[in-house]
Amino acid sequence: MKELTYKEMGLLDEEYQKILGIMGREPNYLELGMFSVMWSEHCGYKNSRPLLKNFPTEGLQVIQGPGENAGVVDIGDGQALVFKIESHNHPSAIEPYQGAATGVGGIVRDIFTMGARPIALLNSLRFAELDDARVRELFSGVVAGIAGYGNCLGIPAVGGEVYFNPAYKGNPLVNAMCVGLVNTDEIALAVANEIDSPIMIVGAKTGRDGIHGATFASEELSESSQSKRPSVQVGDPFMEKLLIEACLQLIKEDLVAGMQDLGAAGLTSSIAETASKKGLGVEVDVLQVPRREQGMTPYEVMLSESQERMLIVPRTGKEERIKEIFDKWGLDAVVIGRVSGDGMFKVYEGEELVGAVPVMELTEGCPVYVRQGQKAEYYQRCRAFDINSLPEEKPEPALRKLLASPNIASKRWVFSQYDYQVMTNTAIVPGDGDAAVLRIKDTSKGVAMTTDCNSRFVYLDPYLGGVLTVCEAARNLACVGARPLALTNCLNFGSPEKPDIYWQMEQAIKGMADAARELDTPVVSGNVSLYNETVEGAIYPTPVVGMAGLLKDIDYRCDMAFKDEGDLIVLLGELRDQLGGSEYLYVCHGIQSGAVPPVDIKNEKSLVEMLLSLNADGLCKSCHDISDGGLAVCLAESAIKGGRGFTVDFDFENKRTDGVLFSEAPERAVISINADKLKKVQELANSKGLQTQVLGQVGGKDLLFKNCGQEIIRMSLADAGQIWEEAIESLMK
Amino acid sequence: MKSGIIVFPGSNCDADCLHVMKNVMKQESEYIWHQASNLSAYDAIILPGGFSYGDYLRTGAIARFSPIMSAVVDYARQGGMVIGICNGFQILLEVGLLPGAMLRNRSLKFICDTVNLKVRQANTPFSNKLEEGQIIQVPIAHGEGNYYCDEKTLQELNDNKQIIFTYCGPEGEESLEYNPNGSLANIAGICNEKGNVLGMMPHPERCSEAVLGGTDGYKIFASMLNYLEEVGR
Repeated sequence: MKELTYKEMGLLDEEYQKILGIMGREPNYLELGMFSVMWSEHCGYKNSRPLLKNFPTEGLQVIQGPGENAGVVDIGDGQALVFKIESHNHPSAIEPYQGAATGVGGIVRDIFTMGARPIALLNSLRFAELDDARVRELFSGVVAGIAGYGNCLGIPAVGGEVYFNPAYKGNPLVNAMCVGLVNTDEIALAVANEIDSPIMIVGAKTGRDGIHGATFASEELSESSQSKRPSVQVGDPFMEKLLIEACLQLIKEDLVAGMQDLGAAGLTSSIAETASKKGLGVEVDVLQVPRREQGMTPYEVMLSESQERMLIVPRTGKEERIKEIFDKWGLDAVVIGRVSGDGMFKVYEGEELVGAVPVMELTEGCPVYVRQGQKAEYYQRCRAFDINSLPEEKPEPALRKLLASPNIASKRWVFSQYDYQVMTNTAIVPGDGDAAVLRIKDTSKGVAMTTDCNSRFVYLDPYLGGVLTVCEAARNLACVGARPLALTNCLNFGSPEKPDIYWQMEQAIKGMADAARELDTPVVSGNVSLYNETVEGAIYPTPVVGMAGLLKDIDYRCDMAFKDEGDLIVLLGELRDQLGGSEYLYVCHGIQSGAVPPVDIKNEKSLVEMLLSLNADGLCKSCHDISDGGLAVCLAESAIKGGRGFTVDFDFENKRTDGVLFSEAPERAVISINADKLKKVQELANSKGLQTQVLGQVGGKDLLFKNCGQEIIRMSLADAGQIWEEAIESLMK
Repeated sequence: MKSGIIVFPGSNCDADCLHVMKNVMKQESEYIWHQASNLSAYDAIILPGGFSYGDYLRTGAIARFSPIMSAVVDYARQGGMVIGICNGFQILLEVGLLPGAMLRNRSLKFICDTVNLKVRQANTPFSNKLEEGQIIQVPIAHGEGNYYCDEKTLQELNDNKQIIFTYCGPEGEESLEYNPNGSLANIAGICNEKGNVLGMMPHPERCSEAVLGGTDGYKIFASMLNYLEEVGR
């Protein structure tokens, strides 16, 4: 194999100088490789660390914040949720099936590494538009990869989002989230704390796949990226399933002191992270690592990103029992080294020392760059865009176009490929509510989860977009009746070395942090994916939020379907008409511009509290927030899901008709209620300082919109349903 | 009714079945590791869904060679109740306890959904709490549920009343539109000639509690219990 230079490994001149200083000599090839993967953005967060400090990470509900494999949040009764979201963008751009599949594998390992049983998968996917054959190939490959891996594991994929926008051409985003359930007294951490403890590698054998995957993930995609295909790993979900069962058995029997999955940067990273937490060292012999290929060099063994492997630091004297358990599942479990006290990471090949690096320098020594952001040139221009210069599209054709937009249409084509019911907990299935709801067996509790990000908003106004992303996630949880607890995020951006991209990051993170603080949804875990760029430019800034919430009583969950004829349809919040950044502007006018609708986080919090009270009292029969496609799409979806039409008739207050119908302004939701509950709802709203307005009634076979009695839209329910249900499927034929 | 749920490496509906049997049906139930060989303690055997051995090679093709399977075959030949769900059905086909084979879904995609089933026979150990002709709703989740057999076998299945469940529409209409996977004769579940072995692709354990959106699956397990109480093993 041709040896790479430090530059080819992705290190800068000044970083190489720093390594020379640390080592006091030229590093050998193995040592250089170890530094380069650990100091990649993917492992070292060297461009994002200073910004991530802004996130609130504490709260009464938080058991474990960022810094471990995943965050942990208390849900009472001695139980906790463990969750994290992670990207696998670059591998998926090259090899969609395996890229997405191993993305799922990686995030699932992060969860059971903590001792938690994975109970749900979610994802957030972004592609260019489906009229392009390559995009269809990427889209179907990614979905099939997620399905192929997750279904085999028997972990339900219960929620997520899919967006299509030209901004993702050549650089799709594949973010996978996993949620686990753990008894709080069984939480495992990735810490080696005793000198002389053995270190074991368990699971799959090590091959040459994925070497320098972390480095690959930290650079822009280009023409030559296709040649990096060997950097994409191949997944074996069956192996992972066995690994889950075996590892959870170890936790049950209290056999491990520390456990860490082998993800990006393989053995190098997992060993360094495990040892560095207590300032210890480690000695490892690469000849002991079970391999599936012959003639591998120490460099290849230490940097391999072969999947389905775990590192285990056993409790004293428990190696034999651990081997027995792995043997039952037909898996390797081998001692490859020991913890030492000298703070050095020493790699041996048999007797021969082939590399020695100070552990802390690999982790904490990673250079950190505080960059100077600069407001993007497009920002003012887009903000100043005058919507009133646009003619109004006729309402009915506009609604048809929106229902047919893949960003709004039913995602059944996607989620029907995922097993979303295995484990028999799914109480609100994909597409039926604003968030997925799972019951927790042997309790009356439920948990809800969602992933959200309106990246068009974030692009147009990174700060507001950041705020809105967190607000939408919280609102979605409240709509199904769950109190938002905490969030994880996956920060997908372009190159931080460009001042305008750095500004996007800075602003979006500030916005998310402000909203998370106000809504008491601290950040407990996350992942950063930078350099999402192709020759054509950067993606839309896409800081995806995964949020989890708690329902005290699963019987008070609420979906979005209209239920009964004659129920009143009530708008919570104000009638608004801001169209900036809306799907309507894009679909009907081909414009992605305008001022993003402002949001008052305190008001959003009142809405969340209002929704929680309504659901806790069982007052809502349906609940759906207003987001993509605005009020009109919100009503249409509740009608389609319920198989019932509606008539709404209210005063548009001299606002633009398209604005009232299609504005995606926040702080709003639509509920349907039994008519005799109206007074109670109004009283509750008054007490929270929120406006309500009765829009109309459920009933009939049409979607009927009137402005002060004057008909604006009449569309048959069957028509609307067909357009919405079949849009993506027909594009994929 | 004491049921045994067989766990192969890669089974993933084993816990779901155990939950239903123990916590919903309130019956004794336990896991049986695939390397065991004695089934004499059980009133019924459940082969759960999942991806035994990763479904590598072909669904159920490796699992049939697990040590436990010869015990399952003996158990079935002696008239013991055996239900194979999804991957369990595929294994029963591979081991020859039921006739036919599974092909990939017509769409070539994995399908997760809730479908309507028509109850074709109500006088079996697995369907005696249902009515003949009744439409029930049961979730499916599979990539290879496209049942196939030769004409002669299909004739025998019909003649012997071995077709227990077929896919249908909400009003019981049987057509390609309501057949999710391309299954021959809309077959969703069949039993052996004696009626003591049932294989079905849909998942009754996923619809045995109201919180999951339906309870039709409960009636299948209740039928087994009823059969045992009335007839004995």
